[in-house]
Amino acid sequence: MVDIPEHLLQRSAEARAKALGISIEQAIAEMKGQSDPTVISKEPEVKIIDETPPPAAETPAKPADAPPPPAKTITPLKEEHSTETTEKVAEVKIEEKIPAAETPAPAAETPAPAAETPAPAAPEEVDFAPEVKVTQRLLTVVKAKPIQKPVKEPIDKVNTWPHLMLPEFVALMAMTAFLIFLSAILQAPLLEEANPNVTPNPAKAPWYFLGLQEMLSYWDPQIAGVMIPTVVGLILWMAFPYIDRNPETHPSKRKFAIMFYTFFLAGAGTLTIIGVLFRGPGWNWVYPWIDGIWFDDLLDWIHFE
Amino acid sequence: MTLRERFQETRAKASDGFKGGKLMSSIFRPGSPFRKGYVDSPRNRSYVVMNNVLYHLHPVKVKRHGVRLSYTLCLGGLSFFLFIVLTITGIWLMFYFRPTELAYVDIQNLQTTIAFGSLVRNMHRWGAHLMVLVVFLHMSRVFYHGAYKAPREFNWVIGVILLLLTLLLSFTGYLLPWDQLAIWAVTVGGNMAGYVPVVGAQVKFGLFAGLEATTATLLRFYVLHVLFFPFIIVIFMAVHFWRVRKDGGISGPL
Ligand code: HEM
Repeated sequence: MVDIPEHLLQRSAEARAKALGISIEQAIAEMKGQSDPTVISKEPEVKIIDETPPPAAETPAKPADAPPPPAKTITPLKEEHSTETTEKVAEVKIEEKIPAAETPAPAAETPAPAAETPAPAAPEEVDFAPEVKVTQRLLTVVKAKPIQKPVKEPIDKVNTWPHLMLPEFVALMAMTAFLIFLSAILQAPLLEEANPNVTPNPAKAPWYFLGLQEMLSYWDPQIAGVMIPTVVGLILWMAFPYIDRNPETHPSKRKFAIMFYTFFLAGAGTLTIIGVLFRGPGWNWVYPWIDGIWFDDLLDWIHFE
Repeated sequence: MTLRERFQETRAKASDGFKGGKLMSSIFRPGSPFRKGYVDSPRNRSYVVMNNVLYHLHPVKVKRHGVRLSYTLCLGGLSFFLFIVLTITGIWLMFYFRPTELAYVDIQNLQTTIAFGSLVRNMHRWGAHLMVLVVFLHMSRVFYHGAYKAPREFNWVIGVILLLLTLLLSFTGYLLPWDQLAIWAVTVGGNMAGYVPVVGAQVKFGLFAGLEATTATLLRFYVLHVLFFPFIIVIFMAVHFWRVRKDGGISGPL
């Protein structure tokens, strides 16, 4: 084992002595392996699956002749060698302190092994890598302090697994199923080979630009009247959080912003739908149910005949 | 012991030995449900997230209101997932596609002679449309929740860039089948770029690699589509996800 500087050993022994309620000399001896480690009766965290009620309930406690429970060293250190150090120290700190306070009680209640009721098989500690021996010891207990000071009160939280990851998985599967289904029933369009000399009428942009194309059809001579707002609008859109200084998030306290976005959505949606469905040859107004679909991506989707 | 019991016991033993074996223990880190002795404890729930490089995108705990499906509608996650699907199907398509005069023939062959060719092409195309839609809906969700407010202002900026990149990816992909729909849609879209103030003509020339859509444009769009934009968007997504966590997780509750 690595030589540990004396002052660190001393500090750690003090912490250990305090946590276990033993003398410092005893703690040092234990840490150096000169004396058996202090016994702490502590049930490992593994849940008891066995349905037999714990014997302590049935067998009357015989504190007088109860032999000490089988020696068990403090397990958390050994259990998972791989967690991050901070977590481990934090856990050890908690788990060591609680049993220390209660040590006499459980020891007193433990029934004699010879009692009639067969003791349920002690929940097994699972040793994930038996060949790896404990190579570290508790040097010192560091008080867990956050690096950043929390500004707010603690919030109601749940474990990501399973409460977030399960719904996510379901959403992901549903999306996959939907996409495969869509792709199985709808054929993506493939027209004749590209020919720069034959301009289709109308020539339409992809649907997400059709609102823009529709606007351009109104202001064609003053193109600047559309493109400048678009480019400027994009920059303003990025800067939006810096423009909207209202700190409220509840809809009732930001009516203007909600209205603004809803109008934008309605406008963009209307222009896009007009561009996709209601514009035919020469960008003239058509009714899709009379004149047919003039948007090739949708050819396979809707049939009016 | 009936035969059935004996079978069950043997199976349980085999499964135990396998799960507890060296191989499984070396692959799955402590806390994994694939390891022997997994029990549903708070500690193991944390380990499931902490000890897996992929799940590690998530924090160990999230706000209770944030996991209600009705809060995010999972739209951000689905945008990301659609991107993954598009990457996988896109790589598959690249095996059969040459961005030259042969592009059109390649797509025809893909649809008619290659197993699942039509299905995968459809998935890539409809998936792309869907991604544009889902990203847009995600942005709307964020807006209506006021989720762009301090300290999340900058993540909104990154979000707008992501939207722009999504549109660019979709737009550059539109040309690749090299049919009449592709070339004219891109011509119309590219001409719109020509109306950009001041630098419009230059932008258009750079986009088309010339004055109009040719096979040079096809090659240019191809490289942008399969390499450049995916590369950039992945970087911005990484920053986006990182900021979601650094800004204190999901916003709200309202
Ligand atoms: C490729 C596109 C995008 C991907 C993959 C993506 C992904 C995500 C994910 C996974 C979240 C976590 C919460 C949720 O699912 O809603 C999120 C949150 C967020 N996204 Fe996006 N996003 C994208 C585009 C955008 C866009 C276009 C915007 C806005 C312009 C945006 C702004 C935000 C903001 C502000 C948050 C924090 C929301 C909150 O804390 O409630 N994102 N994004």
